[in-house]
Amino acid sequence: MALIMILFPLAMAAVAAMTPSNHWRPWLVPVTAAGHLLLVAVALARPEVTQGSAWLVLDPLSRIILLQVSLLFLFCSFHTVGYLRYRQELSNRVFCSCLLTMLGAMSLVIWSHHLGLMWVAMEATTLATAPLIYFNRTQQSIEATWKYLLVGSVGIAMALFGTFFLAYASLHEGLDSMLLLEGLLRQAPRMSKPWLQAAFVLLLVGYGTKMGLAPMHKWKPDAYGEAPSVVGALLAGGVTSCAFLAILRIQHICHLAGEDPFTSPLLLTMGLFSMVVACLFLIGQRDFRRMLAYSSIEHMGILVLGLGIGRTALFGTMLHVLANGLTKGVLFLSAGNIHRAYRSKSTEVVFGAMRRLPLSGALFLAAFLAITGSPPFAPFISEFSIFNGALDAGRYVIGGTFLFLLLVIFIGMSQTVLRVVQGRAPHETANAEYCDGWLTGAPMVLLMLLVLALGLYIPAPLRAMLTDAARFLEGRP
Amino acid sequence: MTSLLNAILVIVLVMNLFALAASRIRALIRIVAVQGALLGAIPLLVPQHVALPAVLMVVAAVAIKGVVIPLIMMRALRDAQIKREVGPLIGRLPSVILGAAAILFAVLFADQLPLADQHEGVLLVPASIATVLVGFILLTTRVKAITQIVGYLVLENGIYIFGTLLIEALPLVVELGVLLDLFVGIFVICIIVNHINQAFSSLDTRQLVSLKE
Repeated sequence: MALIMILFPLAMAAVAAMTPSNHWRPWLVPVTAAGHLLLVAVALARPEVTQGSAWLVLDPLSRIILLQVSLLFLFCSFHTVGYLRYRQELSNRVFCSCLLTMLGAMSLVIWSHHLGLMWVAMEATTLATAPLIYFNRTQQSIEATWKYLLVGSVGIAMALFGTFFLAYASLHEGLDSMLLLEGLLRQAPRMSKPWLQAAFVLLLVGYGTKMGLAPMHKWKPDAYGEAPSVVGALLAGGVTSCAFLAILRIQHICHLAGEDPFTSPLLLTMGLFSMVVACLFLIGQRDFRRMLAYSSIEHMGILVLGLGIGRTALFGTMLHVLANGLTKGVLFLSAGNIHRAYRSKSTEVVFGAMRRLPLSGALFLAAFLAITGSPPFAPFISEFSIFNGALDAGRYVIGGTFLFLLLVIFIGMSQTVLRVVQGRAPHETANAEYCDGWLTGAPMVLLMLLVLALGLYIPAPLRAMLTDAARFLEGRP
Repeated sequence: MTSLLNAILVIVLVMNLFALAASRIRALIRIVAVQGALLGAIPLLVPQHVALPAVLMVVAAVAIKGVVIPLIMMRALRDAQIKREVGPLIGRLPSVILGAAAILFAVLFADQLPLADQHEGVLLVPASIATVLVGFILLTTRVKAITQIVGYLVLENGIYIFGTLLIEALPLVVELGVLLDLFVGIFVICIIVNHINQAFSSLDTRQLVSLKE
């Protein structure tokens, strides 16, 4: 099952690379995405089919991430077809293959229960996304790609170093250090403490770079600003979720080793610091694509913060992975449409989007409200439950700071967003013929409805999955 | 065996300093190629260990680190037709001093970490940390895109040194995956380097500053 889910997108990537027609090739992406989601549905509904090797296992944590990534990818894939219609002048061969390779690599990250294999897959996502960021072939996109590759590769190298340290932490005590998660969780209490702590720091820095936590976030605004919006959505909602899964894994091991007093302050500091940095750059931001990148940094901070608080906040954290991933999809896709209509990302040129593009403008506004934690959308529930978790754990200062930062970020972001959507549309926009179509519009509407529905009511099976995941992080396998 | 291994590691450390002192990009690439090839052979020297997987690994590592990647980089260098000087942000002598300080720090830091009995007296851990740090120095103080890649390679070499401690524990698949990723990574990066060169008529990364707040 695992192998099918990983190899199917990769095989389709090869097919895409060989398909001659620039017009029909993009349709391979939604076909693959639909197949992938179907496989995910089967895997979630019938857990017995997922059993097999010890290297590829679906546990309560990966179930949630897998569902989120697959859902987001499906919606983005339809948007991709619509997007590439407007870019017929460029060959989309590399774009489609890399997109599908990225799906395969992300599936491998999610499935792998071997930390070494997980690392290999994570690096593969980095390499597969680099050509995607470079799709527009402008000087700016080269610069963004270069920074993304270099910073990402160095971060991922640190993660490899940390993985080796982790292996040595068990080897040192004469335990077998196969890096299989089951074994690591079982041996956690007996591992060598100094090595484990060093490994945690390196892995947090390494995978944190991939997530875009401050201060390792430098690549993020550039890459998200220059990449096509679909790629931005998949980076912000897909790759970051995968990197967060890696951090969940290492925190799980450290938790069982009784290292919470060491790890939790680090996670809390990183989380709050990311939120502060995001906050500072969001205020007065004139580029609405870069604004989304800072918003993503903020939400990565929230995830890590929730993990640092632990216990009752874990439910909210897992829900936030889902809520953030899906909302980011709407934000990036609608922002991409607006960007295309105006051919600019600056709020000096872009205003009146609500009149110029009623659908994208309205969804951009709605998604902004959702991502900043306004009721009744899903991120409200998850952020509220992280806040509750902080109070439960007796961390009043952290909870208070968290609320305060959310408020400031709401105000900061609202300035930029309102400037984009409000006002009278300029008479002549740069790309006058562009308007919202079925393919570019419908995926956003459906995603937005999903975010709204999750905010109003969490279905019982999903609630059970989230509770399972939170309990799994607390306990032994 | 241990003394031979330590001797090689000392050579690797000295090569780090040479890399920091190099003034020509070509020389820098050669130093790193030799360093990579030397490191690739280390698994043969790690105590109580010569088996088929290890030999396979050694062949792959020496070929990729010592031959294939340097060749790709030399090619990129030729295609780009850039000036041959390294062009550091800080001078060569200060870089070497910084590198020496990094080695000192690595030795002190490695002292804090307990070693398993079978690795007592081997310099693998300090050598690895020192090489990673030198990689960082190269990466941050050199301005040409291609020299930054060399820095990244040195960094990877440092991690590889640490990996040899684990060669028995880690299955071959993962190690090969790591090498493959490194290879593909350098390949992709070299392609981007050529594009940078075409778009900016230079490989100086100081020109990549249009994206900022």
